[in-house]
Amino acid sequence: MGKTLFQNMRRGVAMPFLWALPLLFLAVFFFYPLIAIFRLAVTAFLEQGLGADTLHEVLQPLEFTFWQAALSTLLTMAVGLPAAYVFGRYRFRGKNALRVITTLPFILPTVVVAASFNALLGPRGGLNLVLMNLFHLADPPVQILNSLAAILLVHVFYNTTIVIRTVGGAWEQMDPRLEQAARVLGASPARALWEVTLPLLRPSLLAAALLVFLFDFTSFGVILLLGGPRFATLEVDIYIQATQMLNLPLAGLLSAVQMTCTLGITLIAAAVSGKGLTPLAPRVQGEGVQPVRGWRSRVAVGAVVALLILLLVTPLAALVVRSVTRLDANRGERGQVQTGLTLEYYQELFINRRQSIFYVPPIIAARNSLIYAGATVMISLSLGFLTAHLLNRRSRMARLFDPLLMLPLGASAVTLGLGFVLVFNRPPFNAIGFPFLIPIVHSLVALPFVVRILQPALASIPISLRQAARVLGASSWQVWREVDFPIVSRAALVAAVFSFTISLGEFGATSFLARPEYPTLPIAIYRFLSQPGALNYGQALAMASVLLAICAISIWVLERVQWDTLSS
Amino acid sequence: MLEVQNIWKTYEGRPLLCGVSFTVAAGETICLLGASGSGKSTLLRIITGLEQAEQGVIRWDGQPMEAIPVHRRNFGLMFQEYALFPHRSVAENVAFGLRMKNLPRAQVESRVRQALDRVHLLAFAARPVTALSGGEQQRVALARAIAPEPRLLMFDEPLGALDRALKAQLADELRSLLHQLGIPAIYVTHDQEEAFTLADRLIMLHDGQVGQEGSPQSVYQSPASMWVARFLGLNNFLSGALLTEQPLCAQTALGVFRGNWANAAHPPVAVGSPLTLLLRPRGLGVDAVDNQISGVVEDCIFQGESFRVALRAADGSLFIFAMPQAQPVGQPLTFSISADDVQFFQKE
Repeated sequence: MGKTLFQNMRRGVAMPFLWALPLLFLAVFFFYPLIAIFRLAVTAFLEQGLGADTLHEVLQPLEFTFWQAALSTLLTMAVGLPAAYVFGRYRFRGKNALRVITTLPFILPTVVVAASFNALLGPRGGLNLVLMNLFHLADPPVQILNSLAAILLVHVFYNTTIVIRTVGGAWEQMDPRLEQAARVLGASPARALWEVTLPLLRPSLLAAALLVFLFDFTSFGVILLLGGPRFATLEVDIYIQATQMLNLPLAGLLSAVQMTCTLGITLIAAAVSGKGLTPLAPRVQGEGVQPVRGWRSRVAVGAVVALLILLLVTPLAALVVRSVTRLDANRGERGQVQTGLTLEYYQELFINRRQSIFYVPPIIAARNSLIYAGATVMISLSLGFLTAHLLNRRSRMARLFDPLLMLPLGASAVTLGLGFVLVFNRPPFNAIGFPFLIPIVHSLVALPFVVRILQPALASIPISLRQAARVLGASSWQVWREVDFPIVSRAALVAAVFSFTISLGEFGATSFLARPEYPTLPIAIYRFLSQPGALNYGQALAMASVLLAICAISIWVLERVQWDTLSS
Repeated sequence: MLEVQNIWKTYEGRPLLCGVSFTVAAGETICLLGASGSGKSTLLRIITGLEQAEQGVIRWDGQPMEAIPVHRRNFGLMFQEYALFPHRSVAENVAFGLRMKNLPRAQVESRVRQALDRVHLLAFAARPVTALSGGEQQRVALARAIAPEPRLLMFDEPLGALDRALKAQLADELRSLLHQLGIPAIYVTHDQEEAFTLADRLIMLHDGQVGQEGSPQSVYQSPASMWVARFLGLNNFLSGALLTEQPLCAQTALGVFRGNWANAAHPPVAVGSPLTLLLRPRGLGVDAVDNQISGVVEDCIFQGESFRVALRAADGSLFIFAMPQAQPVGQPLTFSISADDVQFFQKE
């Protein structure tokens, strides 16, 4: 009797109640802010009408956003495809290490990457210093920052990984016999590639290109920090209009345009992915992967490895080296300083230099970031477990909710930030309350990832495993301890690491919400980077190095629990 | 026509092929028979040019193939599990090799139809290959391989993935098709029944070398080594020593056996040297005093035309014989074996 009541409660009453939690979370913190943006845009401009000026103000950044994203995507594919081929078809020493390195951009915050490229290519960066020393130049010869080239370069840095993962993975999984069959039937290597390999890779090529395009389209931090004032994408323009020009209606309109575009791209991506996929796995795992033999393979693999190291490792190395290098001060600024290694910039992180209320010592920013990240892990994991559990039930509700949940993936961080400002910038949330919103917006960004990691892990536990454990004499608690927990704990750890690093590095939404007295690490890096002076620059690099170290540790943890095998 | 000469190949540091040589004549079908991992697929891939031998030469009509890339050799290969292009229809798969020859469209179409007709799949032309059953896929792969009319056809365990009945049927069809086409063929398998069905000549591959070569009947009748005998399913072995040469007799733990040398060209053997005797399964019948074997019937399995009888001999070894009548299990049994069915091997 009691049991039936309990079952009734679980099936009939508890389920809608459980659904209410994630639904409410999305409704309040995602859809409500987005609707507010649309309403703002519509009311403002339908009343006044869309003037030619306004139209111009929208079309110009839209055009630039599109074409820089298209250009970035093309370049990324051009770099990524040879790398995908090498990863998919060869095994060589150090391949695993290289694979780990290529995962770094997945979780590196934009400010860290921006700081890294600044430390490598900036006027005070490693490359320029070396060149100036070598050729006794008075001015830095490489002037790449604040140019389109810098934006494209960093986009390639970020997204090559996606091409390698998606296309390289598909390539590795493709039965090499198909290509061989074409060869035996009289196709030259080039013709076999064109007629067999590329058509079979098309779904993964399309998926990779669309994802890269989406990320380039919504890129914010990179363009703000490296593109300079001349290059405004929709994202950057929203930020500038909202925070500097205080033109909220225009920001809202730009946001609405941005959302429509990203939604469109996401829908295309969803429609394309999974279509035309045929099971092609090789008969023997890893059969298509060969050792490097002959000069042609050597050149191909060598070139790709060198290019990836140059692209991925040198900026990060420059960041770390530059953060511990003292130079002849910036035009004699802080008196006589000698060139050499120093930990000064790290020590300075703990000191409050200026006695200003708006100046916050960097260590406080680090503390804030850690608190927000901890809160984000707690919120996103509890919501994530609940949602993953509910989605695995395959109810009508689950089918309805599943695509909704993925929407925050496509929404831009800046748009979310703007929405939060519009909705919550009033009592009881305003000003004082904003710091509490930061972990919420971070959780919103992290939730799709967390759910996608937890859901398959939870679903992968066959009921027969639990039954077998029960029959073998395990109590229900022992079943959980011996069966469920060991299987899910790895996934939970991966999800936690992901949401932790997402929160630590999040910049777009946080830049709207962070109060001057409660900055996060990325905000602090941004501030220090945009101020003159060798000390500020050094401190920005030191903080970025600290974030980089945390990301490296995260990657190490992820590799230890083999999240690759987990996510597949 | 095809000449394979002294091919060497190592795989992950271990020798795989150690000086393999054989030839294929016009219109001939040979079967490469060997255990899995014996390098027979690798040999095919070396002939097609998909892999390089470390040593040795492949010649066609006297011309070395080494400098000719895979796609110019005009050899056909049917892959294990077919390797059909999943993004193309049945007809497009079959047309692939013809298109590579840059044949005019009308000719491609008529030859695709012809090839599909040969394998009874004309009605399937427009279907996606992913919607076919295993047997149908096998036929498409066959049609794709024969459509460009290659000068040599190769088959890499093409029936491996199919069930027994379908396998037998397709092997029969393949046999008549190969006879019709008259294209020389190399057929790789580890299944002796398939090999017997298809081969004009068998080549047994063992330890990286050609262990024996000959017609299916001659190889089965006189296996050159215990390995060949075992591989063909002959497992009744008995240790002994040479007793007399005229008549040829051996002393064993189960008595004296009269028999014949398995390999007529054996090196000289001294009286008293150790031997291994192979008792062929066709036992029972001849009432003679010698070549008698007795034991207890341990099992008797109905096999259609005969019974498979397991006999536990006095020394504890187990022998399997094919007998026309059922034998009661648990009862003692004594019978004779014709000297023709006893083959002597020198101890290996």
